[in-house]
Amino acid sequence: MKRFRGFIQKEFYHIFRDKRSLFILFGMPIAQILLFGFAITNEINNVDIAILDHSKDATTEEIINKIGASKYFSIQQIIEKEADIETIFKKGKVKAVLTFEKDFSKNLIKEHKATVQIIADATDPNTANTISNFVNAILQKYQNELNKEVTIAYQIVPETRMVYNPELKSVYMFVPGVMTIILMLVSAMMTSISITREKELGTMEILLVSPIKPFQVILGKVFPYIFLSIINAIVIVLLSLFIFDMQVQGSLFLLGLESVLFIVSSLALGILISTISASQQTAMMISLMGLMLPVILLSGFIFPISSMPLPLQIISNIIPAKWFIIILKGIMLKGVGIQFIWKETLILFGMTVFFIGLSIKKYKIRLE
Amino acid sequence: MGITVRNISKTYKNVKALQDISFAVKPAEIFGLIGPDGAGKTTLFRILTTLLFADEGKATVAGYDVVTAYKDIRKSVGYMPGKFSLYHDLTVEENLNFFATIFGTTIEENYELIEDIYVQIAPFKNRRAGKLSGGMKQKLALCCALIHKPKVLFLDEPTTGVDPVSRKEFWEMLKRLQEKEITILVSTPYMDEAALCDRIALIQAGKILQIDTPEAIVRHYPKQIYNVGASNMYALINSLKAYEHKHSVYPFGEFVHYTDRRSNFNPEDLRRYLESQDLRQLAIEATAATIEDTFMELAK
Amino acid sequence: MEHNKVIQVTHLTKTFGDFTAVNAISFEVEKGEIFGFLGANGAGKTTAMKMLIGISTPTSGKARVAGFDVFTHAEDIKRNIGYMSQKFALYDDLTVKENITFFGGIYGLSRKQIREKSALLIDELGLEKVAHSLVGALPLGWKQKLSFSVSLIHDPKIVFLDEPTGGVDPIARRQFWEMIYKAANRGTTVFVTTHYMDEAEYCDRVSIMVNGRIEALDTPKKLKEQFKAANMNDVFLKLARG
Repeated sequence: MKRFRGFIQKEFYHIFRDKRSLFILFGMPIAQILLFGFAITNEINNVDIAILDHSKDATTEEIINKIGASKYFSIQQIIEKEADIETIFKKGKVKAVLTFEKDFSKNLIKEHKATVQIIADATDPNTANTISNFVNAILQKYQNELNKEVTIAYQIVPETRMVYNPELKSVYMFVPGVMTIILMLVSAMMTSISITREKELGTMEILLVSPIKPFQVILGKVFPYIFLSIINAIVIVLLSLFIFDMQVQGSLFLLGLESVLFIVSSLALGILISTISASQQTAMMISLMGLMLPVILLSGFIFPISSMPLPLQIISNIIPAKWFIIILKGIMLKGVGIQFIWKETLILFGMTVFFIGLSIKKYKIRLE
Repeated sequence: MGITVRNISKTYKNVKALQDISFAVKPAEIFGLIGPDGAGKTTLFRILTTLLFADEGKATVAGYDVVTAYKDIRKSVGYMPGKFSLYHDLTVEENLNFFATIFGTTIEENYELIEDIYVQIAPFKNRRAGKLSGGMKQKLALCCALIHKPKVLFLDEPTTGVDPVSRKEFWEMLKRLQEKEITILVSTPYMDEAALCDRIALIQAGKILQIDTPEAIVRHYPKQIYNVGASNMYALINSLKAYEHKHSVYPFGEFVHYTDRRSNFNPEDLRRYLESQDLRQLAIEATAATIEDTFMELAK
Repeated sequence: MEHNKVIQVTHLTKTFGDFTAVNAISFEVEKGEIFGFLGANGAGKTTAMKMLIGISTPTSGKARVAGFDVFTHAEDIKRNIGYMSQKFALYDDLTVKENITFFGGIYGLSRKQIREKSALLIDELGLEKVAHSLVGALPLGWKQKLSFSVSLIHDPKIVFLDEPTGGVDPIARRQFWEMIYKAANRGTTVFVTTHYMDEAEYCDRVSIMVNGRIEALDTPKKLKEQFKAANMNDVFLKLARG
């Protein structure tokens, strides 16, 4: 046990004395979250919209005024028929069209329910989504005002329709993706580099020719990174909560457990990489090309898996990150419990066990 | 308790790294493996330190078989690989502490063994190992290899890349370790270090050329060697190589080491020949063979 | 006789901050001389050599190499010298011929000259059979000989050798020195830095640097007499240990 503690202490010395790895460890997650967060901003300002009002009554006018008065929107055009919507979008200036149904006021009074359609140009999905959210908010506010003094609530039903990119991605989608990438990077790349560094230095030879056991070396290498990855995961979640006002809908405890599972699977991959590479450079290349790229491209982080060609969809199944992203989205965005993601968890668990087994089997107690 | 090596062979792909190597190192002996890069020294070290399997043959270290009892060997040997394998981002003291802990000991426990060496680097104990000079790295690496009081010490080219002063000090340290009953197997490409070992094996291209004490090895050199000097070295070498009776001609520092094929060789014949070749400031005198001469004669 | 001094160094100094790596060294090297530049690691010999080959500007002092001032004509120096180091010599992943062609090209040889030179060189070194093999597959001794020949490909006035023969077997080493003698005999000056003292014995003259200064400079024979030492190693030990 003393050996093991000594080993871990040494690993921490390595990590804290290497500016490069410190940067990857702590600078990267923060930079990535901020970068993604602000690049995919949810702030909108004076977005041009158009109105198609089939009703033209007092209520719709009031709503239109409220929307026009907000700093978020400026009403660019009032159009008269459905056919104009297409033309106006094609011009590109107007990002959304609000369509009020016929007899809006009448429906609202009679049936306590009227419908507004929000048609948004989703070529820029984030803006589209934000527009829809803001319009909803304004409608909601108006509705609340209406309902202050009535017994049966009036209901304005917004129907959002996204054109051009119906598979809208949420603003918050990047958080699970970034978290996955960072945990993968820290765990797999850093472990594989730190093991191959010992090979390059020749210290691995001395470690092998010593009574320290292989699993102690592996655990000693892996432990600091489990610890640091967990800290990273926490940092990412905190950043998302406080800087981007995101809410984790599901259980934080479950989120933590799933993250640890994913971290362990990545660490096992890192060890596996270190067993097949002789230099730090190779380890880095394999980690980047073999792990990072598939994670970015095939995990569903950036490109929706369902719109990939079938062969890629099949390949995406063997990427642990895919399952982790599904799990993360489930917990963070949809707030689901284990009963909805047990399948993915099981797959990830199976993969982890497989990688650990393989890396222990591959880890050599000799040089050949 | 020393080392025995019997008929060890090892082939990588199509390179015969070691061919039928056999020797024995007695307890508390300094045994030198002398040979150039690529002779197979490192491969042999790795087999003996249980890092590689031999294709054929058997070997024991400190009485343990290198294949079946590898765990026992790993507990009882110290190993200093070719490059000074230290953690460059750890300080001198942290390196030593780390190696002490993984061998399940402490610096204090075996301090008397490393004291002589450690006091020399102690003033720098808070310096990162990467910032040490070659000589200091070498001393620290030796301390790390000794920290668990090994019975057998493997030193693979410990003096490569180290200046003469450090080299000399290093060999003095090895002599002191020997007095503490540690068996030492050391490899070096420097023939002049061979004389500092108790016995040596000359090794070239995976084969042992000869094993004996350094004195015996030079004593058994078959011919009389002559130091030949002249003002123009290049012309001298060419003339000697063109001489019909020459056996071997090797530049050797400021002289050329020359041996003649004839048993009744008279240096005056050679002088007359060289004078006829227009060489000036001639000097011819008999000299004793060195390990290097023997090596070249055997490797020829 | 002045034009016979291919290296002239007076009070050459290089400081890094308040550390003086090379402290006012002065020496001269003649045409066709084999000059050994010795010193322990960190004694300043690498820094001094970098100034002489024009890749590092001296802090003060004067130096002329191959007739050019190191301060003002570093580029001319580079064209007139050859350089071979133990650490980097040839590209392992190019063939013998490709290496020769590449280095010939670097030194501005014409295609015809390169063709002639490589034929000559391959013939001289007896490398016909491996001319199209990767250099990485050659034995170390061959690589060093090839590397030395390549450093001479543009017929430089001076060739700088940075620890050239470490690790090779004794026979290959002697073949290497024979090549050095041959080059020197043709009038090329050979400047060898090393911390292996047995290499020093082969040089016409040697200088020994200790802590940034040249503490001894003479023929190996005279140095051995002066220090009452059996070999250059002992000379060095006496100097360095004070």
